[in-house]
Amino acid sequence: MGEFTFLYRGGDRSGSPEEMQQVMQKWVAWMKELGDKGHLKDPGHPLEHTGKVVKGKGKNVTDGPYVETKDIIGGYTLINAKDLDEAAQLSLGCPILDRGGLVEVRPIMKLDM
Amino acid sequence: MVAALTHILGIHNLPLAEDVVQDAFCRALEVWRFRGVPENPSAWLMATAKNRALDLIRRERTARTFAPELGRLLNSEWTVASVVQDAFLPNAIKDDQLRMMFSCCHPRLTEEAQVALVLHILCGFSVGEIANAFVSSHAATEKRISRAKKVLAASKTLFDIADTALPARLSAVHRALYLLFNEGYHGASPESAVRADLCQQAMRLAALLLDHPLTALPATYALSALMCFHAARLPARLDHSGDLTTLSDQDRSRWDLNLVADGKRLLDLSAFGSEITEYHVEAAIALLHAAATSADNTDWNRVVSLYDLLMKIRPSPVVALNRAIAVAQKEGPERGLEEIGAIAGRDRLTDYPFYSAAVGELHLRRGHVEIAREHFQAAVALARNPTERRFLEKRISACENGRSTRTSMPPSDRPSSPAAPAHNSLPPLPPPARSRRSRESADPTDERQKGCSIESA
Repeated sequence: MGEFTFLYRGGDRSGSPEEMQQVMQKWVAWMKELGDKGHLKDPGHPLEHTGKVVKGKGKNVTDGPYVETKDIIGGYTLINAKDLDEAAQLSLGCPILDRGGLVEVRPIMKLDM
Repeated sequence: MVAALTHILGIHNLPLAEDVVQDAFCRALEVWRFRGVPENPSAWLMATAKNRALDLIRRERTARTFAPELGRLLNSEWTVASVVQDAFLPNAIKDDQLRMMFSCCHPRLTEEAQVALVLHILCGFSVGEIANAFVSSHAATEKRISRAKKVLAASKTLFDIADTALPARLSAVHRALYLLFNEGYHGASPESAVRADLCQQAMRLAALLLDHPLTALPATYALSALMCFHAARLPARLDHSGDLTTLSDQDRSRWDLNLVADGKRLLDLSAFGSEITEYHVEAAIALLHAAATSADNTDWNRVVSLYDLLMKIRPSPVVALNRAIAVAQKEGPERGLEEIGAIAGRDRLTDYPFYSAAVGELHLRRGHVEIAREHFQAAVALARNPTERRFLEKRISACENGRSTRTSMPPSDRPSSPAAPAHNSLPPLPPPARSRRSRESADPTDERQKGCSIESA
């Protein structure tokens, strides 16, 4: 058993209120399914698209990150899965995939003791 | 929510108020994706919108002006939070909805535009839903709404209910709500789900009027009663296969008796003051239908005399057609056809499918099958949606069988322009030409303002 993060990038956030509501309901259903099967360690949170970036030895603080919308990380979730393949399999149901976004599945690094 | 925000931000900032609501909504949906939908989502939305409004006012108060009457209070950090807080109290929201409703019924706007605005701002309908409900294109609806919003924004503040212009504005509000209701009840939209929704919204807004002492007038009670009687029949308007059924053919056990009882109570309450409005008369007609156990047992004498009264209060070709149909129920199809022939402004009915259908039905009852068929064919060509077309085609097949089995149609009307009687349908007619009490009736019930409709279903 291992822990993974789903990092959600991009995805079309516009749409009519009815569409947005449908999208939201798909997410809720997907999250519920993950939870029912015991894969949801933490549903995580959506992230604001604004923030600050702190960089370099000079510790420069700038507004940002100004990356393209399709690359911006919009939220994260923590997942329990047997291995990376299973985690990737679990991400297939993510509604962001229907809206032009992507899910980055990353194992959380652990030391075996 | 838009109404409450407009109260704070000023009506000239209506687009901003809409943005705040939209933004609150989108943020909420985003968070709920991850965290699940809370038990009381509307309270969350309200709180989010309130906080966004507060942020916005703090950020932009030097750059923009908000509601002029609140200017000083919003500019002071001591009072701004409590002003915003107060605007979101339930009573304040009700009040603002009422004021927004009156603002939307601005005399410079056409009735269609008023209704579209009410739906958009007070009922949260999207442009697409409104276009769908009124069978018009998305682009045309969008244009109509944005033009209407400009007119609204030009008025400095929300309409003040205590204003001396209240009586005139109130009758515009009544008409808009009736139009909204009728659009739901027998509008041209083929989607029945949308329609029931429109009826509910009209009833909800009418209830707001009843809640305020200055707007809870006899006409408001009568209009609400009328809506209850019609809404009571809504469950029976479509049969199990989704086809329209006429008043006379409806399964009356599916009528909602609670709504009939509500309507009666409201109609009793409407009987104060000296004014009899068209809503009183129409509600009285609707009650006669609601109280009858069948079309045959309907008190057609009283229905006809109420139509006579209605013709005095608000004459229109559609009211006259409904009256003629009631006469046919009472005295037979020949008399009905005579009455139809005598309708002033009858040419304004010719685009209306249920006019031809009514004429066809009466001929069919007399046994003039060929003439009846021609009229039904003319009606089919005017049908506005597949449900109407199916209904009318069945009438044509009834001609082929040489007898009429049932008939009638639903009427609808929409008040819009006088020239266009709304759509309605016609009433039913009785079985073949035998007796004068037909089993079906038409019940025309509604009509409304200029147009009015006929109803049968």
